[in-house]
Amino acid sequence: MPDPTAPLAAGTPAPDFTLPHAPGQTTSLRDFRGKPVILAFYPADFSSVCGDQLTLYNELLPEFKRHGAELIGISVDGVFCHAAFREARGLGFTLLSDFEPKGEVSRMYGAYHREWGSSERALYVIDKDGVIRWSHLSPMEQNPGADGILTALESLEAA
Amino acid sequence: MTLTRPVDEHDHARGSEDAPVTMVEYGDYECPHCGRAHPIIEQLLDRVGDRVRFVFRNFPLTQAHPHAQQAAEAAEAAAAQGQFWPMHSWIFEHQDTLGDDALIAAARSLGLDADRVGRELTEHTYADRVRTDFMGGVRAGVNGTPTFFLNGTRHDGPWDLDSLLAAVERAG
Repeated sequence: MPDPTAPLAAGTPAPDFTLPHAPGQTTSLRDFRGKPVILAFYPADFSSVCGDQLTLYNELLPEFKRHGAELIGISVDGVFCHAAFREARGLGFTLLSDFEPKGEVSRMYGAYHREWGSSERALYVIDKDGVIRWSHLSPMEQNPGADGILTALESLEAA
Repeated sequence: MTLTRPVDEHDHARGSEDAPVTMVEYGDYECPHCGRAHPIIEQLLDRVGDRVRFVFRNFPLTQAHPHAQQAAEAAEAAAAQGQFWPMHSWIFEHQDTLGDDALIAAARSLGLDADRVGRELTEHTYADRVRTDFMGGVRAGVNGTPTFFLNGTRHDGPWDLDSLLAAVERAG
């Protein structure tokens, strides 16, 4: 069992998972095989807008798409909370609910904060073959921005 | 994090090029925090005089702030007529009324060719310029607004007047 609080290293095959994105509907990581995937684990829906990590990523969707990459947000919030959050912020990407068993996928990715009982602020860039190429764990209160993701996506293309 | 794109002649800058401290703000015209920062920056510049050159770059979070992009383009349109800073201030002082009509009326009240501003807003003449600012900010580690850089180094922490004055002292 990997350490639930340390991110998986580059070169590790990304563990597959299946989580709900809407009531009664699920998404699996393997569904995206063939294109790069950005996994953004984050503590909670509805943090303040102007400094919000997902608001920034939403703004950058065209950039991520330019690299052919899919962005997926994951937190322990429930699907109805996710739906309200997506609606309120106009988010144009998938949010997965790591709600039951709580935080299981976050733990698998070394991205679970035991004290908060939530996902950590952890980022993964996974290549089209399902291998982790970059990972990053931020302090909970610190929005990591997007430069690391873009650099990782660029190096995928250079490889 | 450090500024990846140095300040150059394409930037909107106030103050002397020879100032010991260059302060760059990445801001969003519809962001309430940036609105609060605006008078603080004015006070700061009053206090420090020619020790600081101040530069504003666009970082509109357009999905969260529906008028941020047009406001940024309006400020650029004003810049094309040599009046960036008056428009910049007007926008921050009227954050609740940033529709196109209001922006064009503001341009007229500032003595600009408002028809030209309106045309440039419709044609998105300055959209690329705004996007270039935004992407430069992303690559420099801007993660929200406002974000300040002093002599190229990101200022993490509070941005009340005293904190910024202290940061200016430290930077130069």
